[in-house]
Amino acid sequence: MYSEKVMDHFNNPRNVGEMENPSGVGTVGNAKCGDIMRMYLDIDDQGVIQEAKFKTFGCGAAVATSSMATELVKGKTVQEAMTVTNRAVMEALDGLPPVKVHCSLLAEEAIHAALWDYSEKTGTQIEGLQKPVNDIGEKEEAPEEEY
Amino acid sequence: MEQLIYLDNAATTAVAPEVLEAMLPFFCEHYGNPSAIYSFASESKAAVDKARTVIANAIGAKNEEIYFTAGGSESDNWALKATAEAYASKGKHIITTKIEHHAILHTAQWLEQNGYEVTYLDVDADGRVNPADVEAAIRPDTILISVMAANNEIGTIEPLKEIGAIAKAHSVLFHTDAVQAFGHIPLDVDEMGIDMLSASGHKINGPKGIGFLYIRRGVKIRNFVHGGAQERNRRAGTHNVPGIVGMGKATELAIANMKETAEYETQLRDYLISRVLEEIPHAVLHGSKEYRLPNNANFGFRFIEGESMLILLDQNGICASSGSACTSGSLDPSHVLLAIGIPHERAHGSLRITISRETTREQIDFTIENLKKIIVRLRSMSPLYEDYVKKNA
Repeated sequence: MYSEKVMDHFNNPRNVGEMENPSGVGTVGNAKCGDIMRMYLDIDDQGVIQEAKFKTFGCGAAVATSSMATELVKGKTVQEAMTVTNRAVMEALDGLPPVKVHCSLLAEEAIHAALWDYSEKTGTQIEGLQKPVNDIGEKEEAPEEEY
Repeated sequence: MEQLIYLDNAATTAVAPEVLEAMLPFFCEHYGNPSAIYSFASESKAAVDKARTVIANAIGAKNEEIYFTAGGSESDNWALKATAEAYASKGKHIITTKIEHHAILHTAQWLEQNGYEVTYLDVDADGRVNPADVEAAIRPDTILISVMAANNEIGTIEPLKEIGAIAKAHSVLFHTDAVQAFGHIPLDVDEMGIDMLSASGHKINGPKGIGFLYIRRGVKIRNFVHGGAQERNRRAGTHNVPGIVGMGKATELAIANMKETAEYETQLRDYLISRVLEEIPHAVLHGSKEYRLPNNANFGFRFIEGESMLILLDQNGICASSGSACTSGSLDPSHVLLAIGIPHERAHGSLRITISRETTREQIDFTIENLKKIIVRLRSMSPLYEDYVKKNA
């Protein structure tokens, strides 16, 4: 059901991990729907994304779109990163099954969330960037139960 | 990956070699239509009769109470829709549960759109229906109670006998979807007070596309497929003779080996469950420890998502299933897991393993070793796990 590229990025995800003191970090998605993406960006003084890392809770497509999204934003300026839309991510992965299109939307939102954090911290204006919906649903979770 | 480890026997099973052998002559050799008069068709007719007897005996029914269908879903649809129609003058209320298979749930919803009222009973944390809840839900206009014999996802076995007694005491019909239970655990329609029972061939090493509905004599039920006079005028369509023969043979084998198979599977299942719970952190067993199908284990693993787990298992030749939304084609995880009180985010991380008598301990060991690595890997990628570790650092 998945393209070879999706399987490649699922099996060998690029840029998995966390980042100490990221320039921007954003978490999007909702555990209730089964997808959460967190993206970390390291952005230099010229506004160029030097490093991108991600962590994702989700299906094969969610992992692959996160991985591809980090690859696509690396080396771009924060403004250029706005061109990494869900469509761009999907195309780079040679397409997604229809039920998985929302995963690519989540990848776009994760980029926007990380950029928003950066723009808030630094006061940088990024054209076209809107405050992302940060609905990760975890707050609604019942008190922690150990198992 | 040269090795296949098939751990999805609740989805379907392999046709047993003896079953295939029994079926083969009915394709090219004895292909006569059992409804025909000439003697050439007598082999087919005799084979259908024999299969019917085997199946009737398996559940303590009479031959004429077994109606062959195209499978479990048709049987469930028939039982609900045709009963609803036949008893509409008595009332339009049906009682079922929140954990039924979609063949029941979606049929019940269709009936709701057509003027019927349906009560969907809650279940406890193990997935068991409380018979007292069934009794409390009965109204003067209740015409049918439909409670599954055993759940397809979490393997919970329902208290059929108690529910059957309640149904009888209130003169309400009792149907059970026994697709997962038939041939796996003992079922007796008289002892359990069952008026209708659905079952399927391919869950018991029989072929796909064949099933039956048991309808107790005296139950008013309209025919569902209109046409010829097959199945006592109640279910038209030329008999699927090879399928019926296969279902009969599969039933014969399942009943003859039931005790032995159940003992073997239960032992292997419990070994799997105890190893997973001991060796994998943040893992739980979904469903009942006590009232459980011998071949079913259903786990919840926190912080990870089921489809990712299934893909990685598949890459190691292991077939299993999950209640994750991503495997259902919708955004909602399993309705069964939600009904037993598992939160959405945990339901996404569920894994169902259903073994068979062919499953070996080596296969289970291999699966557990792989599962451990897969879970570590997916957790290392999970923002939920990252948050958990930071919170508890």
